[in-house]
This record gives sequence, C-alpha cells and structure tokens, in this order.
Amino acid sequence: MSAAAPLLEVRNLVKHFRVGGGLFGSRAGVVRAVDGVSFEIRRGETLGLVGESGCGKTTTGRCILQLERPTSGQIVFEGRDLTVLGEDELRPIRRKMQVIFQDPYSSLNPRMTVGQIIAEPIAVHGIVPDRAQRAQRVREILSHVGLLPQHAYRYPHQLSGGQRQRVGIARALAVEPSLIICDEPVSALDVSIQAQIINLLEDLQAQFGLTYLFVAHDLSVVRHISDRVAVMYLGKIVEVTDRKSLYDTPLHPYTKALLSAVPIPDPLLEAERERVVLGGEVPSPLNPPPGCVFHPRCPIAVDRCGVEVPELREIRPGHRAACILA
Amino acid sequence: MFITLLHCAAVSTLLEVKNLQTDFVTHGGVVRAVDDVSWDVNESETVALVGESGCGKSVSALSIMRLVAGPAGRIVGGQIFFKGRDLLRLSEEEMRRVRGREIAMIFQEPMTSLNPVLSIGRQLTEGLEIHLEMAPVEARRRAVELLGMVGIPDPERRLAQYPHQFSGGMRQRMMIAMALACNPSLILADEPTTALDVTIQAQILELMKELSRRFGVAMLIITHNLGVVARYADRVNVMYAGRIIERGTARELYGNPRHPYTLGLLRSVPRLDEPRRARLDPIQGQPPDLTRLPRGCAFAPRCAFCVERCLVETPPLRPVAEGGHVSACWEAANLDRTLTRSVAAT
Repeated sequence: MSAAAPLLEVRNLVKHFRVGGGLFGSRAGVVRAVDGVSFEIRRGETLGLVGESGCGKTTTGRCILQLERPTSGQIVFEGRDLTVLGEDELRPIRRKMQVIFQDPYSSLNPRMTVGQIIAEPIAVHGIVPDRAQRAQRVREILSHVGLLPQHAYRYPHQLSGGQRQRVGIARALAVEPSLIICDEPVSALDVSIQAQIINLLEDLQAQFGLTYLFVAHDLSVVRHISDRVAVMYLGKIVEVTDRKSLYDTPLHPYTKALLSAVPIPDPLLEAERERVVLGGEVPSPLNPPPGCVFHPRCPIAVDRCGVEVPELREIRPGHRAACILA
Repeated sequence: MFITLLHCAAVSTLLEVKNLQTDFVTHGGVVRAVDDVSWDVNESETVALVGESGCGKSVSALSIMRLVAGPAGRIVGGQIFFKGRDLLRLSEEEMRRVRGREIAMIFQEPMTSLNPVLSIGRQLTEGLEIHLEMAPVEARRRAVELLGMVGIPDPERRLAQYPHQFSGGMRQRMMIAMALACNPSLILADEPTTALDVTIQAQILELMKELSRRFGVAMLIITHNLGVVARYADRVNVMYAGRIIERGTARELYGNPRHPYTLGLLRSVPRLDEPRRARLDPIQGQPPDLTRLPRGCAFAPRCAFCVERCLVETPPLRPVAEGGHVSACWEAANLDRTLTRSVAAT
C-alpha cells in the first residue's frame, strides 16, 4: 500500500486573507492563515492535524475541500491538482471529499427532516435518482451510523447532540466519499458521547475503507484515532510523524509543551508531573514573528531562532520537525 | 490544644448547600434542574462540581448567587448557608452586598460576560468603588495592582483598553482580576478554561491555584472534564440529572470510583498516560431528558451494573469508604474495575 500514490497530497499550501484597508481606512494587512504547508494522506489512513485556535488547521481543511481557493500551492487529490480546476470540473470530485463539522447544531438545516438532509446530496449528485430507492438508501445509511429508520422523520432540534453528530456523519457518508475531513467532530459533544462517536468513525473507516483528515485540538483523542499526526503552529507544520514517534519521542518544543498541558485524570500522577507551562500567547498571524514563529514562547530558544526560519526537515526516518535545535 | 484549634480551623465550613431544589418551567413540563442537592465548601478549599451539560452544575452556582433567571427558573426549596447566614433569606439589597464582594464568579465565556462598551479599568474599579467605597484614585491604583497580579503586562496602558482588544486568555485573566478585586472568600468558576486553548488553559489553572493559595480563597470549579480538576481540586462532586451521585476527595474519587457513571466517565476518555486502547469504552445511550426522568436511578437506563432495584428505588448518597466518600448506587460495593471492562465489552 505504501508504494501506491497518496490519496491526497498538499504541496506548499498558502492561504492569505486580506484584511482592513477598506472604506474606513483601517490599515490593510495580510493574515497568513496557512503559510507553506505540505503533507500527504495515504489511502485508508487517518492523519491527525492538531494545533490551537487560529493556527490554520481549519483553513487547511477548507482549502483541501476547495471551499477556499488557496493563494498558492497545490492540492493533489487522486492524482489531479484541484487548484486549477473550475467549478464544473470540481463538482464530481467534491462528492469524493466530504466534511463533518464541529457543531452539529449549526451545521444541519433546522427546517429539513433528517431524511431530507441525508437524501439531498444523494439526489444532487445523481447517485440514486429514484425517489423510493433513495428513501431505502437513507434507511441503510441511518443504520450504518447507529440511528433508527424512524429518525428520518425527525427534525434536528428533536435529537440530542450525539444523535445530531450521527446525522452529520450520515450526510457525509451518503455520497460514498473516499476522504472525510473531520473538523473537531467531537469537541462540542458531552464526554460520555465522544467515545461513542469516535468508535463509530473507526468502525465506518474499517467498513468503507475511508480516509480521514482528523482536525482537532485534543491530543488524547488525536492519539487514539490517528495513524500519523501533524502539529500546526501559526500557519506552519512544526512536526509530523507517525503516532507512536510523536507521542513517545516528540522533537519540537511546541509539541512537548502541548503534550505536557494535557490534563491526566489522576491526581497522584498529576501531583508528580512536571508541567511545561508556556508563557505568552499565540502571536497574531497578521504579524508573525521573524525567524521561527514559535521562538517568542519557546523555552529553549537561542538567538539564531529569531533570525533563521527553520525548515521542516527529517530528523529521524519518517519523523520531521521544524526546529534548528531538534 | 493548639493542634486541636488548628484542626478546627482547617475544617470550618464556608458554604453549605442543603437540599437545594431549583426548577425551570418549560413547554415540555417542569424540569427539576437541581434536585435535593447538598454539598459544602470549607474555607480555603477547592471543590469541583463535575458533570455533563444539563446535569445542573451551572444552575447550582447560579442558585448560590441567586441569579437563576426567572420567571421560568425558581429556587423552590433548600437552604444555602454562607458564613452561617442563609443566602435564600437575604433581601435583594443584602444579597447585592454578597455578590462580587464575598462571593465572586468567573464565567466560561469571558467575551460575553464583560461589558464591551466599558473600558477594562472601569469594569475593575466599579466594584471597588461600590463595594469597598474606594475613591477613584485609590480604585485605579488597586486595579493596576490586580492586573499585574494576574500576569497582564503593562497594566497602566491596558486599563484604558476595551475587552475586544484582549485575547481570550487575557480576558479570562481580567475576569480573575475582577473576581479577586474585593478579596472575596469564595470564587465560583463556571468552566473557567473550557473556551481556551490547551496551553492557555494550563496557564489559567496554574494562576488560579497560585492565587487561591496566596489569598486563602475557597474555590468551586465547575467543569465537564474530570481531567481538568484532577490536579487542582481537594474534593470532587459528580452530578448526573440534577443530583450528586458521588463525592469524595480527589484521590479517592479518581483512585476508587464507586459509581458506574464516574467509572464510565473515567473509562471512556483516551488517556495519554496509558497505552493506546484498540477501542474506547463509551457510556451507552443518551443523556437523560430531564422532563421525563425514569423511576428509580436516573442513570439506570445507561448502566452496565443495573439491577432490578435500580428501576424502582432512587439510591441515596451512602458512605462507601473513609474520608467522606459517598456514592448514590445500590451496587456501589460490587463495582469491580476489571469487571467493568468485560461488561462493557459484551
């Protein structure tokens, strides 16, 4: 399988947003939301993309889906560069890439029944043109995600948060995609429901051979579900490797700090644990610091870090990090 | 005798909630959000109230402050003793002197709980001028001191700014400064770090711990995340469907959970300190609908240990171990951690 071409390849992706400079004369600027990101996802694997709010992980996902057109770079999906395709050419490809959103409350149309929500993409993409067969298909999909046939007649507000997220998953599954971008799919759910949804995502992956880009900020959840993990900070990937290497032997000081900030539900362990509490806050992507973007908060930074932009380089086989000291 | 005195001082109760009942009238019927709940906080102690959305944890805090939004919400029974006085019997005027001065509150979303059109300085000095009758100059001096204390750099300049000019973490620091302003003896923190990033979360919790130690303030931390409070809480109360179902010292509760719900919460989350499991063990089913609670134990429909008695009789909180560890489960004595795993697997 490793010999095959990756399902998705992101090459040097850049997305800048222009802000200000409008009628009211505020100073124009450029938000460097994603600033030169490259990674690949192999068929059937789960790549975890972690980072704090504003690091560009969601924008990366939206660029892959072509919901945002990248400023530069390439998104190669099943061998085709999506950034050069027009809307008409993209439509059949969109069917292959679906998304599950964080908030199941705002991502479902409140005026449509669950059945209509799931049937709509099937109809739009002409997958099952016959109405009666489509209803049958909806029932099948509902059972895949652990809902009952009668849920098709309910409205989103009649469901619990966990059930709504199941509907979101069903809608994504309906068009038989190969890649699903899961953008914080469990962080809005109650703790007791999160594990149900994670198990469901894993079952569906095994059953349908799905590939996931799992965008999240919760490092324990990401460890559980991912085969490989990429860590983002201020628009850049600072470390990427397989799950085991990242959690057992993290190389980048930011990854180390993130891991040490994750609370462990055990007071005895917590009492002994050394904690790296990072000073300061994430700088604005409007005005990122020179050199290594992490250096103002880095506990081990040296003078060179403020000048030199560290390259994401292979430090051990299959383990890349962007730190001159790694 | 000296030792006995010290001992007495260590366990003096600051806040005692007794049989509190808070109702909400909804279209679907009357919801008892807090159902006959009793708990307490000792001086200088940090107590956690843990549970999922709708379990009644926030309503408990709002009830203490008497800020439950009427007319739908109403405290219908119980007593809340704070320093020996029943807060539910105070006049609105007297209650206003308690809020912010003796009991302060920190909310989850600092952006919505700060006033966007008042400067940071004004929001800090207002309480000082009203509660402590400070002169404006004095209040300003104290405000600068407070901002410095919570780690906001350049406090003089920051006072003139507005909440939108602060980042999420800074706003939460500002909320902590406001809470500390009048030297309260109790701070109610409702999900103080939930809206923040992981690295900022760690900063804020460390700050709260340090300040509560330094000033001897007692804290009630309300959270849905058992992990967050493991490091900070002395005692933990777990709530489910409007009731406390388990309480103990943090060490007891995490080390020896005696309610299937607590056990389920601990087991269902992946942990970085444990080897990765092939599958997670979720709690089955959905959170309860408070307008249609089942007879007996509210957790019974989702419980792997459910026996017949659970379906008819509501279990009271009963002692299960030393040190005030109590659990509301008929089967509390029969919960074996290894057994849970096999039950969940079948």
